[in-house]
Amino acid sequence: MPRPGMTLIVKEVTKLVSGFIALYAAYIVLYGHLTPGGGFAGGVILACGFILIVLAFGRDFAAQVISDAGAKSWDTFGAMLFLLVALVGYRVGAFFSNFLPLRSNFRLVSAGAIPVSNIAIGIKVAACLLGVFLALSVYRAARAGGGEEEELHD
Amino acid sequence: MISRGMLPYLLAMVLLGIGVYAITCKKNLIKVIVGMVVAEYAVNLFLVLLGYRAGGVAPILSEGEKAADLARHSVDPLPQALILTAIVIGLAITALMVALALRIHERYGTFDLSEIRKLKG
Amino acid sequence: MTDLFPLVVAVPLGAAYLLPLLGRMRPRWPLDLLAILVVTFVAAFTLAGLMQGTTGTLWLGGWRPGTERSIGINMCVDGLTRLMLVTIAMVSLAGVLFSISYMNRFTGKGLYYSLFFLMLAGMNGVVLTGDLFNLFVFLEVAGIASYALVAFGCESEELEASFKYLVLGGLGSTFILLGVALCYNQAGTLNMAQVAQFVAAKGINPVLTLAAGLFFAGFGLKAAMVPFHAWLPDAHPSAPAPISAMLSGVLIKALGVYALCRVFFNVLGLGGGIFPLVFMALGALSMVVGVLLAVGQWDFKRLLAYHSISQMGYVVLAVGLAGELMAKAAVEPAAAAALQATAALALFGGLFHLFNHAAFKSLLFLCAGATEYATGTRELKRLGGLTRRMPVTSACCRIAALSISGVPPFNGFWSKLVIVLALARAGHYWLAGMTVAVSFLTLLSFVKVQRYVLQGELRPELAGVREAPAWMCAAMIILALVCVGAGVLCPLIQADLLAPARDALLNGLAYARCVLGG
Repeated sequence: MPRPGMTLIVKEVTKLVSGFIALYAAYIVLYGHLTPGGGFAGGVILACGFILIVLAFGRDFAAQVISDAGAKSWDTFGAMLFLLVALVGYRVGAFFSNFLPLRSNFRLVSAGAIPVSNIAIGIKVAACLLGVFLALSVYRAARAGGGEEEELHD
Repeated sequence: MISRGMLPYLLAMVLLGIGVYAITCKKNLIKVIVGMVVAEYAVNLFLVLLGYRAGGVAPILSEGEKAADLARHSVDPLPQALILTAIVIGLAITALMVALALRIHERYGTFDLSEIRKLKG
Repeated sequence: MTDLFPLVVAVPLGAAYLLPLLGRMRPRWPLDLLAILVVTFVAAFTLAGLMQGTTGTLWLGGWRPGTERSIGINMCVDGLTRLMLVTIAMVSLAGVLFSISYMNRFTGKGLYYSLFFLMLAGMNGVVLTGDLFNLFVFLEVAGIASYALVAFGCESEELEASFKYLVLGGLGSTFILLGVALCYNQAGTLNMAQVAQFVAAKGINPVLTLAAGLFFAGFGLKAAMVPFHAWLPDAHPSAPAPISAMLSGVLIKALGVYALCRVFFNVLGLGGGIFPLVFMALGALSMVVGVLLAVGQWDFKRLLAYHSISQMGYVVLAVGLAGELMAKAAVEPAAAAALQATAALALFGGLFHLFNHAAFKSLLFLCAGATEYATGTRELKRLGGLTRRMPVTSACCRIAALSISGVPPFNGFWSKLVIVLALARAGHYWLAGMTVAVSFLTLLSFVKVQRYVLQGELRPELAGVREAPAWMCAAMIILALVCVGAGVLCPLIQADLLAPARDALLNGLAYARCVLGG
């Protein structure tokens, strides 16, 4: 029976690289108020990192890292956090206003609630894109029947 | 008549035309999806190009610079924020279209639009 | 109170993310309970806003612009917004109540509610926002949710209809985005009020006319005006019944007609002389084409979908008439008062018909859904004699059919009468006659529906038919009461609900003063 996932080289490289991808995604998200990027771009990169793991190791292994239900839960968490940031703004005045102190420019911890919303968006987008990918790939697998190798090489 | 400066905008419109042609005239479902993606990205491109200012710099504030000075000679940052949102919307539409196309293929057995015509009248 | 209005967008959005989690739990009732609570909150809030007559602007994040170009997003509540919010809340309440029983036959009820509330949040956002790009974003949110909801049953016809709807809707959105880009380029800002100030100061130039044309194409596609109507007869019947009610009842209005009115009256100042005439021409065309295609239909929901096109034609015709008269009044100051009065009448008729259509068309789709739930078919030829077996459904269906045909004293009669009167006063006698003829054909079409569905002998295969479940009946009764109430209590509604909406549109470009002055 063919082993799930791709060849050995791909697996070894993925093991080395996926941590760096996650780190890069965290950098893009956290520095979103200082350099180009922000929540969405970082979230997409993180989702791509997870998709790389799914492609390289097969879905069964990837389900141990993050399962379908896990992706949906993180999705909800990210959305709720973003909504919380928007609603807490009411304490300061208007909907969605900045309620954390704006420190000096160019520091990592500055610009008030914007880094928090960036993190929330990053988590949400990553979970969401991963969920979309898993939904589409599960569908293909269910139609292809056996042969796990086929579905991953599409 | 058509100056060199207008060329990028015209090309964005040509891209939009290609996308609309693919949506309306192609028979394969996947080609329609690709046409949709091309059309959306063409409009996003047009929107970003609208913010261009001749000789402008990227709108990133560096240390020691004042915001008012930067605003005077940077390109317009607002269209860039707009197209970030528009790209996300395009992604959602594309994901939905692909999911629908997969299911249609399961039901009808084909991607050919002329055979996917159960609804009439 | 004005500051709390974003809650009608935020609360459904939050619910949309929590509901799938609840949907995976057993037992089932917390899911329905949360859905009912959220939609009741939205309905109560909008009703409270209507009672108090709240008007005002709020700037998200407190980013008021001062004198320079605004980069913040504002939400503006005026008469038209209140009318649309009440309409949306009314139909959504009925839709949720209906779905509680109807959607038990589908799987994934939590996901269904999630998409439903995303659509609700999107529509509320469209009518609340005062920023052009924000309008586009909320339009897309509601639109994408509706594409997914049309395909919810995953049968082959539904998938095909949803794909067609998706492609055409996406094309419309592309045009709208292009229009927004051109507006931004000319006016230097995306805020509707500031664009209105720009247009008032500098007038219309060819780029803005092109933007107006693109807006017309895009929003017209969302409103299913002829010739952009090709998606509606496939999409509305294929959706589950409460979604058909939402789509026909509010989505084509909030995303299509409301956006058209807001952009053309308050932002672009009618876009030059040609656009009101185009409105009127396409409105009249939609009216006639819709009803002619509907008369020959034998599928209950498809017939209702074609009637939606026709009735939307009424609203667009009335709005176009008002625009034409306002444009004429600007040019001829001598007759201005009389022209303005007729324009006000036309707008009143159009907006009242918009509200009425939401009520009776949603009721008709819910009745069709109840009939399908009980009998399993939508073909008129296979139904018959349901009056005795399904009394509540047939009574509501009768009320709705009488309303849409324009029979007094139901609400449809008043709004159609006002439109015909406005057309006659403005001198468009042919159009007034055509409106009456279309109304007559609508009556004919619904007499056919009544005869085939409700009257006649009960067929043997329908012998085991029972009345629809309680929640579905409750939803239908609520809408039927609105139909009757709006007809009988017309003067009450006129003062609180419709006159402020009409005045908001009649203000035209002075909208800017209302938003930025306050």
